[in-house]
Amino acid sequence: MTAGVELADVTMDFAKYRAVDNVSVKVNPGEFFSFLGPSGCGKTTILRMVSGFIEPTQGKVLIGDQDMKGIGPNKRPTAMIFQNLALFPLMTVWENISFGLEVRGVDKATRRKRAEELLNLVELPGVGERFASQLSGGQRQRVAIARALAVEPQVMLLDEPLSALDLKLRQHMRAELRAIQKRTNVTFIYITHDQGEALAMSDRVAVMSRGQIQQVDVPQKIYNTPANGFVASFVGENNKYSGQLTSIAKGQGKFKTDVGEFAVTLGEGVNQDSKCRLYVRPEHVDFSAKPKAGENAIPVTVESVSFEGNFATVHMRDKQGHKLAAEVRNDPLNPPPQAGTSTNITFDQDKALALLDSEAVAYEEKD
Amino acid sequence: MSELFRRYGSGLTYTAIALTAFWLLVLVIFPYAGLFEQSFRPYLPVTEINGPNDHYYIDNYLKLFSNSQDMTFGIGSLDVTIPIPIHLWVFFITIVYSSLATLIVFAICYPIAYCLAKVLKPSLLPTYLLLLVIPLWVSELMRSFSWYIILSLKGPLTIVLQTLGIITDPIHWTWGMNGYSGIMVGLVYTYILFMLFPMYNAMTSLDSNQIEAAEDLGAGIFRKHWRVILPHCKPGIASGCVTVFMLSASSLLVPNLLASPKSRWFTEVIQQWMFETHDWNAGAAYAFILLFTCTLFVTVMMRVFKVGFADIAK
Repeated sequence: MTAGVELADVTMDFAKYRAVDNVSVKVNPGEFFSFLGPSGCGKTTILRMVSGFIEPTQGKVLIGDQDMKGIGPNKRPTAMIFQNLALFPLMTVWENISFGLEVRGVDKATRRKRAEELLNLVELPGVGERFASQLSGGQRQRVAIARALAVEPQVMLLDEPLSALDLKLRQHMRAELRAIQKRTNVTFIYITHDQGEALAMSDRVAVMSRGQIQQVDVPQKIYNTPANGFVASFVGENNKYSGQLTSIAKGQGKFKTDVGEFAVTLGEGVNQDSKCRLYVRPEHVDFSAKPKAGENAIPVTVESVSFEGNFATVHMRDKQGHKLAAEVRNDPLNPPPQAGTSTNITFDQDKALALLDSEAVAYEEKD
Repeated sequence: MSELFRRYGSGLTYTAIALTAFWLLVLVIFPYAGLFEQSFRPYLPVTEINGPNDHYYIDNYLKLFSNSQDMTFGIGSLDVTIPIPIHLWVFFITIVYSSLATLIVFAICYPIAYCLAKVLKPSLLPTYLLLLVIPLWVSELMRSFSWYIILSLKGPLTIVLQTLGIITDPIHWTWGMNGYSGIMVGLVYTYILFMLFPMYNAMTSLDSNQIEAAEDLGAGIFRKHWRVILPHCKPGIASGCVTVFMLSASSLLVPNLLASPKSRWFTEVIQQWMFETHDWNAGAAYAFILLFTCTLFVTVMMRVFKVGFADIAK
């Protein structure tokens, strides 16, 4: 069994601030859906409203088309995996996993058997008699997943469960979680501030900021056609320029900055009078000693090059002193320009996006 | 030890050790040892102490088993009469009612501790804790006396209930529970905080996510407490129970003030030996019987509930 989740005009007010501001989103049954955003953006509040630990101030939470108002967390068809996992330290692994079944009055022999099946599912057989404290971080992770799956939830809620693991294990567990989700076909709602996790695992991602959803889409669209400046800066890296549009036609236009005018592609909802900025991803930047006439080009001076294996990041400044970055694939025959060289960067019109300044500029202003 | 010297220098360290040794030896071990030694000697006039009649024996301890009185118990429709040494019976009653007081204190403290630790807003907590602690600043004597006044036959409690029309005739509040109701009220009120604070500490150390995880997996209120919260708090509860039980069993003031015509407490027997009969030797023997038996009882109970002494010290 799997069920969709719908938030309809949901607002959550705490004593001093509005954590979630009029959010509406539909998660499809069997989908791996992520809420991605910086800390304090309201994503955890959303998860807690779905699980039933808090009730929204306004709006409805529906699970499988059923309004969840007044239904406590112990009566909802959801299971949560906590950030710190919250395994019961005084119970053995198998007692932990079968706790949900114990609540439902299942007899001990059946519970023991079911716990072992679930341990097999998460590829951790034979540790049933141990305590959580005797397991490694990754193993505990699997136990938490098994415990949540034991109650056969229709919706699984995951609150940054991988954040405590080291990088290698985290990458491994990403694939693992995704595989378990596919195998069980349970709806997964995943909360994270790590864009890599969200993009790699999810069917769809909702990018959040200041209690509002900025964009909901498949990972490729989130990355390639961000809805606004916040999404462009929060997901991945971007070079950005302030300025204004001088002319527009058919989704394209000219954008004037203090280092010249560029041909750009217009983002969602951009028109002549929009307050917008120009965004170019570092990997879409090329170098050219003599750019062609009419091509988007900016004269720059290379400040430093950091080599990171499969690619190198070139840090530069333009004549106005703006910082710029370019990512160049590692190619020993065609190395990136050395520090100190003066050259030009070029970028295609379809990779230069004029995007609306979102209200959520806090994240941008920080750096 | 070398760490102590390194940190505080030899002067401060030796002073600290000397003070601890003084406290332990002069204020604890020597008086107890003296009393313990006396408990094995006969009660003699001052002139005969260390004389030919002075010797070691265990008669003082055996006095507990003398003075049998016929006690009648109703078992179903059957009345059984057994001769039971009266002091032994008082001792047994003391243990039973001390356990009962401990149970009542536990039942009252658990929900309070849970609310303080997990339900109430943290901003209000200092106020509540202060309100709870203030009664502890008043002397035990005053607190017991105030209950003595409240529970007296024509005291405030009776008057209030009569005015409200709930009762018509005055009630002997201390005569209930076979004559132990007043003592129970006094013990519970006097020692409740000794349970509340260890329990509260244990509850605050529980990760709230654990409670939420239990709820999320479907646990109702009973199972949530029984399987997750109570096991976590067991050391705190045990520590509180031991303290309340020991203090109750050895309380003298409360059973004295809030007594009824039918109630007796083992500490009163000790007091009678020492200050009425002036037989300090028998009194000392009885005091050690109380100490050792209570310790044994607590040890057994801790075995039963599977708590280690090391857990309590945490």
